[in-house]
Amino acid sequence: MRTKQMLVALLTLLVCPCLLFAGTVSGKVSYTGTPAKPKPIDMSKEPSCAKQHATPITTETVVAGANNALANVVVYISAGAPDEGQVPQQAVTFEQKGCQYIPHVLVMHTGQELKVLNSDQTSHNIHPLAKTNREWNKSQPPGTPPISEKYDKEEFITVKCNVHPWMRGYFAVLKTSHYDVSKDDGGFKLPNLPPGKYTITAWHEDYGTQTSDVTITGNETKDVTFTFKAKAY
Amino acid sequence: MMKRRMICLSILLIAATAGSALAQNAGVSSGYPTPKNGFSPAEQRGHGLYLRYCVLCHGVFGDGNGDNAPFLDPRPRDFTAATFKCRSTPTGTLPLDSDLIGTLVRGVQATNMPSWRPLTDENRQDLVAYIKTFSERWKTEKPGDAIKIPPETPVSIESIRRGHELFQKMECWKCHGQQGRGDGPSASTLTDSKDQPIRPYNFAMARNDSRFKCGSENQDLYRIFMTGVDGTPMPSFADVMQPNDAWDLVHYLRTLQTERRSKENEVLKAAGGAATLKSSENKSENNSAADSNGKTHSGGH
Repeated sequence: MRTKQMLVALLTLLVCPCLLFAGTVSGKVSYTGTPAKPKPIDMSKEPSCAKQHATPITTETVVAGANNALANVVVYISAGAPDEGQVPQQAVTFEQKGCQYIPHVLVMHTGQELKVLNSDQTSHNIHPLAKTNREWNKSQPPGTPPISEKYDKEEFITVKCNVHPWMRGYFAVLKTSHYDVSKDDGGFKLPNLPPGKYTITAWHEDYGTQTSDVTITGNETKDVTFTFKAKAY
Repeated sequence: MMKRRMICLSILLIAATAGSALAQNAGVSSGYPTPKNGFSPAEQRGHGLYLRYCVLCHGVFGDGNGDNAPFLDPRPRDFTAATFKCRSTPTGTLPLDSDLIGTLVRGVQATNMPSWRPLTDENRQDLVAYIKTFSERWKTEKPGDAIKIPPETPVSIESIRRGHELFQKMECWKCHGQQGRGDGPSASTLTDSKDQPIRPYNFAMARNDSRFKCGSENQDLYRIFMTGVDGTPMPSFADVMQPNDAWDLVHYLRTLQTERRSKENEVLKAAGGAATLKSSENKSENNSAADSNGKTHSGGH
């Protein structure tokens, strides 16, 4: 009986060592200095969108929280990721609603299906300004089916709607699914990391990138912080 | 001895002449250095032609930063991006060689790119071969499949009317303006993929000249909005428009070229002119308002 239990434990360890030695990298992204103030967006030329916002919305270039927290930063494993080449089956969704992109920064794996939805009563053109990947530009009038696309190469891509010049978002195409986007409190978490050496990269659309090397030895949580220097303009 | 020397000299002379002829055929007679190794004969020839005809605008690196570039609007094409305006292939895909050759033959309307019709067909093929060396994309990707253009539907007032409705529904007017004059509400904010300001096409500009950036025929117009004009704000409508609808839109767009003699303009004129389209649009939008106005009007007389 005891031998059987030992065998099961050994098998579990062989099949999924990550269950026993799953490390986590977590932390906070913040900024120093004074960031540029978000600018109000004038949507009066598109009344169908303007009426969806009770209070006027602002640009999302820098979304800052309490205690200098910085949101919308993509934190991911840029070297050493154990899952490179494992493309998730489920699609990621990018929605145009109230003439804004939801989410503002969308992360996807190379080769993963991207679905673009138009929930507005106006036409948008989705124009991701890819440089390494293919640059396409498609019209999506109201009520038309989602656009399905995918990207083959790693890249941070600016997304524009030319009809509504205030609309600006980003696609982060990565070779890993070990990523997170910092929340309003600047927090992020990369769980389920097997033992190994990793390079963690934090990317912000205006402030650039920072990296940090981390070694996971077992079932532990490593704390990593990223501090960006704010640009006043 | 003298005779032998003469023979040697003659051989040398013949060899030198043949060598210079070969160099001319190789397209490197312009005095510029020979291109790097590994080029095919067509690319070698294209390189020579490029240095003679294209380099001042498109630049030695093909990045659109030639010596003349700062004086040009729009800026010359950046071949390193491998993004091309005039394609028969879907948005985001590489064009066919025939698309690039077509651009060389036509030139690009409303830009500084002239027609290269005086060159030979072989010259143009060589130039295209060379232009394709500027981006790795040509080595890793194949051009897209040309979109299918079904036979044109007959021009009729109904078709023009449906096209006008599509112009509204697809919100083409937001950039091109209600009269197609390139002055829609978003026009002044448009930028191309290099963040340079760009104007939407002004249909009313054409008199008897019907050229667009990517052709002059009805099927060229069809192709332009189905493939989109990559690198510019003009998107592809291929996923959201049926072929018959697209022909209706072509017929309506032709009527925006008000000064141009065309079947579309004749049909529209016979039906009462552009006002008939507007009145039908107003009728559906302001039914109740039109009714009350009508009553006031008849009551007053």
